[in-house]
Amino acid sequence: MKVSMKVNGQLREADVEPRWLLVHVLREKFGLTGTNVGCDTTQCGACTVLMNDMAVKSCNVLAVQADGAEIITIEGLKTDGQYHPLQQAFWDEHGLQCGFCTPGMIMAAVDLLKHEAQPNYAQIRHGIEGNLCRCTGYENIVRAIRQAADKM
Amino acid sequence: MYPAPFEYYAPKSVGEALSLLSQNADAKILAGGHSLLPLMKLRLAQPAALIDIGKITDLYGISDMGNTISLGALTTHHDVEHSGVLRRECPLLPEVASHIGDRQVRNRGTLGGSLAHADPAADYPAAMLALGAHIEVQGTGGKRSISADDLFTGLLQTSLNVNELIVSVRVPKTNAKGQSVAYAKFPHPASRYAIAGVAVWVKLENDQVSDVRVGVTGAADHAQRAKKTEDALKGKALNNDAIAAAAKLAADGLKTLGDVYASADYRAHLVNTLTAQALSAAQARAHGM
Amino acid sequence: MGVLGQSIKRREDPRLITGEAKYLDDLQMAGMAHAAILRSPFAHAKIKSIKTERAAALPGVIGVFTGKDFMELNPLPCAWAAGGVENHLNTPRCLEPDRVTHTGMGVAVVVAQDRYTAEDALALIEVDWEPLPVVTNAKKATEAGAPQLHENAPKNIECEWQCGDAAATDAALKSADVVIKQQIINQRLIPTAMEPRGCVARYDSAADEYTVWATAQAPHVMRLITTAFVFGIPETKMRVISPQVGGGFGAKIYLYPEYVLVIALSKKIGRAVKWMETRRENYVATTHGRDHITEVEIGAKKDGSITGLRVHTYANMGGILSTIAPGIPTTLYGRLLSGPYKIPHIYCHVLNVYTNTGMVDAYRGAGRPEATYVLERAMDWVADALGMDPVQVRRKNFIPSNEFPYTPADNILAGLAYDSGDYTKTLDKALAMLDYKDFREEQAAARKQGKYLGVGFSSYIELCGVAPSAWIGLPNQGWGAGLWESANIRMHLTGKVVVTTGSQSHGQGHETTMAQIVADQLGIPVDDVIVQHSDTLGTPFGYGSYGSRSGAVGGIAVYRAAERIKEKAKRLAAHMLEANVQDLIYEDGKVMVKGVPAKAKTIQEIALQSAVGYSLPQGMEPFLDETSYYDPPNCTYPFGTHICIVEVDAQTGKTKILRYIAVDDVGNVINPMIVDGQVHGGIAQGVAQALYEGAVYDDNGQLVSGSLMDYAVPTAAMLPSYETARTVTPSPVNPLGVKGAGETGTIASTPAVVNAVMDALKPFGVKHIDMPLTPEKVWRAMHTNGGMS
Repeated sequence: MKVSMKVNGQLREADVEPRWLLVHVLREKFGLTGTNVGCDTTQCGACTVLMNDMAVKSCNVLAVQADGAEIITIEGLKTDGQYHPLQQAFWDEHGLQCGFCTPGMIMAAVDLLKHEAQPNYAQIRHGIEGNLCRCTGYENIVRAIRQAADKM
Repeated sequence: MYPAPFEYYAPKSVGEALSLLSQNADAKILAGGHSLLPLMKLRLAQPAALIDIGKITDLYGISDMGNTISLGALTTHHDVEHSGVLRRECPLLPEVASHIGDRQVRNRGTLGGSLAHADPAADYPAAMLALGAHIEVQGTGGKRSISADDLFTGLLQTSLNVNELIVSVRVPKTNAKGQSVAYAKFPHPASRYAIAGVAVWVKLENDQVSDVRVGVTGAADHAQRAKKTEDALKGKALNNDAIAAAAKLAADGLKTLGDVYASADYRAHLVNTLTAQALSAAQARAHGM
Repeated sequence: MGVLGQSIKRREDPRLITGEAKYLDDLQMAGMAHAAILRSPFAHAKIKSIKTERAAALPGVIGVFTGKDFMELNPLPCAWAAGGVENHLNTPRCLEPDRVTHTGMGVAVVVAQDRYTAEDALALIEVDWEPLPVVTNAKKATEAGAPQLHENAPKNIECEWQCGDAAATDAALKSADVVIKQQIINQRLIPTAMEPRGCVARYDSAADEYTVWATAQAPHVMRLITTAFVFGIPETKMRVISPQVGGGFGAKIYLYPEYVLVIALSKKIGRAVKWMETRRENYVATTHGRDHITEVEIGAKKDGSITGLRVHTYANMGGILSTIAPGIPTTLYGRLLSGPYKIPHIYCHVLNVYTNTGMVDAYRGAGRPEATYVLERAMDWVADALGMDPVQVRRKNFIPSNEFPYTPADNILAGLAYDSGDYTKTLDKALAMLDYKDFREEQAAARKQGKYLGVGFSSYIELCGVAPSAWIGLPNQGWGAGLWESANIRMHLTGKVVVTTGSQSHGQGHETTMAQIVADQLGIPVDDVIVQHSDTLGTPFGYGSYGSRSGAVGGIAVYRAAERIKEKAKRLAAHMLEANVQDLIYEDGKVMVKGVPAKAKTIQEIALQSAVGYSLPQGMEPFLDETSYYDPPNCTYPFGTHICIVEVDAQTGKTKILRYIAVDDVGNVINPMIVDGQVHGGIAQGVAQALYEGAVYDDNGQLVSGSLMDYAVPTAAMLPSYETARTVTPSPVNPLGVKGAGETGTIASTPAVVNAVMDALKPFGVKHIDMPLTPEKVWRAMHTNGGMS
C-alpha cells in the first residue's frame, strides 16, 4: 500500500506492505540509514526519530501509521550546513564511541530539551532512559546534553 | 523484528471500526501499538487483520466534564503526563503516566491501548483502581460503562467483549480538600514495567480516613485492589502507625507471581512496602508537607 | 609536535553524529538477497529430518538450505586451545547437520528477496527433532550421570588446565593463621554491543573471489581462518572489510557460523547475500562472557600478609567452542591471579566444561575480571577474618614499587614479568579523593539511623597487549603464533600521510589516536595524517583489536613505521643538505644540522624530493613508505584502585551507588579524553555485572533472559557519575610508554561495587552474595543472615 510522509522536509512516498515498520521504510525505501536498529523489543532506542515533533521509536511504528506524518531523522538535523547544538555537543564532549546509539540518542535528547529546556543531570538521565548506550557509560552523553542546553 | 502479514484497515469512525471488528474474526485493534507491535515483531502475535483506530478523531482529547474528566482512548501517556487539567484536578494520572516506559513510549503509547491489553505489570491499572475510574466502551450492541474494579479479570484478560472498543475513560476530580493521591513503583530494571506498583487515593474528613482506594499492579496476574488495607484505614487517622499496620495487609490474599527477577514472596513484600510508601506520600501531600 | 597527550576531538565523529557512517546493515547492493536462519528451539537434540519444500515454494524465496548442503566445508576452527594440555575440541559448522548442543544453533537458512519474506518462509520449514537430556551448569555437567554432549569429551570436560604450584600452595595454606574458603560465581553475561552482528558477501565468479563485509574486530584473522581452515582456498581469494562497527566488547572477534554460511551462499546463489542478526538472535547465537563457578581458598598471617591462594574453577564453554574460548579461563585468568599482590604461592586448577548453553568466549576484560573478582573479594574476606581494614590488607600485600619488573610466584605468568607499577600511589590518590576517615564516621552515624552505607575497594592489575611471540606464541600457551601488529606509513609528495594498520577500530577512535602518534613523531599537523583500517585489501596483516592491544601493540607498530620514515628522511636530507647523516637531527618536522637550525629541510620538502625521485642518494629507492611488524617483548600491566560508595535500602534491598572513584594508571596517555571515555564505559559494564546483568538458562536450556526486556543493560538513570583520575607510570616495554585502557574499568569496578554492598551489609553478618546483587538477593541476605526476622 502507498504511504507518503514528509521526511526531513521532503515529501517521500513508498509502496509497502502494511506490516513494514517505519524504520525499515526510512532505511530501505528512503535510503536514510542513519537511523539504526539495535533491538526487537523497543528497548534500545537506536531507531528514535521525531514523528510530528515527538520522539518515537521507529521500530515500533508501522509505516502506515506514519502515513501523512512529518518525520525528522538524524540526517535532517543540520540546518544551513551547521550541526544542531546537540550534534556539536556530542562531538565536543566525546559523547559517543562506536556511534551506533548516537543518532537515536541525539533525537531523544532533542525531544527532551524541547520539553525541558534546562534539565539538571538527574532529569537528563531520566530523560534518556529509552536509549541504551553500551560504550560511554553515559557520563559524556549527559554532559553533552547539558552543554547543548546551555547553548540552545 | 519482522511482523507476519496482516490485512490493514484504518477506519474513520468508531462505527466503522466496530463493523470491521465484527467482520474479521482474528482482528486486533491497533492504537499506539506499544503493546501489540512488540509481540508482532517477535511473531508472538500474528493477527489476521489490524484495525488502526489512529485516524478516528473522536477518540482523542482530554475534556473537563464538571465533576469528572474524560480522556479519549487514544490519549497518549505523554498527553496525560503533561495535561494541565489533569495535573490540577486529577494529579495521580500524570504521576503514574510519568513512570511508564520511557519518553518515546510515552509519546506513542495510549491509555486505551494499555487498558485493553491489560498487561499485569502496566502502571495505569493501579491508577484506574485507585481512582475508581469508569471505562466507556462501545460495541456493535451499543455503549456501556465498566467500572475499573470490573475491568481486569486475569492475565491479559479484561471484561471487554470481543467486539467492543474502549472509547474513553472517565476519572473523578480529586483536587477537593482532604483528598490525596500517590503512586509508588518498583520497576523491572530491563523492561521498566512494574515488579510492583501501588496507587492510592485517600479522602480525609476531620483528619480521619473517610474513604480510601489502593490499586496494586505488577505483583499478580492482574491489577487488584488491596481491600484489607483499605478496610484497615477507614475511620482511622492517617498517621505512621495506621499506615504501617494497614500496609502489612496489602498483599494478604494476593496471589503474587514469581519469576527469575523477583519471587512471589518478594513481590508480596514489595507490595506491602510500596503501599506504605504511597500512603505516606499521600499523607504528606494531604498535610501539605 | 605536542599532539601526543592532548584531548583532541575525534575525527570519526562527524560521520557518526550525522548518520552518514555506514554500518553493516546500511550496505545495499544491486540484486542483494536476504538470509534468515532457522535456529534450534532445543538445547540438546538430534535432527531426524528437515523438510524445506513448503518454504522453498513461497513466492520471493530464492533458496532454502540445510547443513547437508554444506558438508564440503570444514567445521570452524578453534584457534586457541588451552596451552600445554590435551583439548577435546568441538566446533560448529555453518549449519548443524545432525545435532545441536545449545538453543539458537542454526539448522537451516532461507534466502529471499527481502527479510520479511525470508522470515515468513522460516515458519514453513519442518524439523523433526529428537530432544536429548540437558545440562546447563558447568559443575553439574562434570558429575556422574550428567548428559554427555560430545563423544570426545568425557564428563563434558573440554580440558583440564593448571598453573602454579599445588604442593607449595597446600603448605602455604597450612602455614596460615587464617584460611578462608568460599565458593563464588562469576555469572554469565551477554556482551550486547548496540549493533548486532551481520555479514554481507558477494562472489565474483570471473575471478573466483569473495568480498565479505562483516562486523569483525579482526578482519585479517577472520579471512585467514575462513579461507585456510573452513573453505580450503588461498586467503588471497577473499577480501574482508569491517565497515563502521557498532561496538564489539570481544564478541565480534570470532569467526561465526553465519559468516561462513553467508559467504558460501553468495557463491551458491550467485547473488550478494546479507544476513543481519536480530537482537533475539544476538542473545542466543553471539558469544556470552564469564560463567565461572570458583572455589577459592586464601590463607593469611595475623598481620594480614597473604601466604597462599588456591583456586578451582569450572569454566562454562557452552555447547560448542567459539574461536578462542579455551584460552580465556586458562591463560588470561589463571596467570593473572597474583593481581597487584606479592603472593608467595598460588595454584589454579581449571576445568573447561561443555554445557547446553550458548558459546562463551572473551568479553571485555576476558579472564582478568574473573581473576580480579576472586582476589578482591578474597582480600575483603581476609580483612574481615582478621578484623583489619580492607585498605590495610591491600597495602600490606602490594608489590613494592621498587620490585619491578616483578615475576609472580610459582611461574604462574609463564615467564613474563609485570613491567612497572606503583600500586600505593593509585590507592593513596583514590583515598584522598574519597576522604576515607570522614566516610567511616558518616557510615557509623548512618547505621544508627537504619541507613546502610558501604564502601568497596578494588585494586587491580590488568594485562594488555596480548601479543608477544615469546609468550602467547609458545606452543604451550596455545596459539603457536605471535600476535604482532602491523602498520604502514606512506608520505605522499604533498607531505600528506596515509597510515594503514592491521588494527581495527569499533568505537575506540584509532583514526584519531594513531594520527596523533604519527603527527607527534613526524612533527606534522595532525590533520595531515589519515588512518585507514579494517579492510584486508590495502592494510597490512594484523591481528585486530581486543585485549586493549591497539595502543600498546598497534600503536607501537605505527610509531616504529614513523621512526623508519624519519630514518630514511634523514638519509635523504643528508644528501639534499650535503651533510653527514650523523650530524643531522630530526626535530619539529625538520631535518637539520645539529647546532645550525638554518640548515634544514622540512619533512614535506624531503617527501617531495623522495617522491619525485630525482637526485636520490646512491641506491635509495623513491618514496617515503615504511612498514613495521611489531612483536612486543612483553605485555603491559596497567593498574589502579577503584572505590565505590553505596547505600542499600533496607526495605527493598535496592542498591544505589552514591559515589564512584576510579584512579587508573595506564602508562602514558595518547588522548586523555578518549582514555576517560574508555574508563567510563568500562566502569558501566562492570557495575552492570555487579548489580544488574545475568544471563539465566532454565533447566531445559532455554535462555530466560533472552531479550532486552529481561536482560538489564543499564540505562543512564541506573548508573552514577564517575570521578576519574590518573597516575602515570610509563611502561618500559614500548617506546611510547603506553599500557592500555580499554578494559581497566570493567576489571576494577565489579568487585568494588560488590565489596561496597557487602560492607553496607556488615551489620547483618552477610559474608557473600553472588552477582548480580539484585534487590531481592540483598533483601533476603539482610533478613536471613543477620537475624532481623
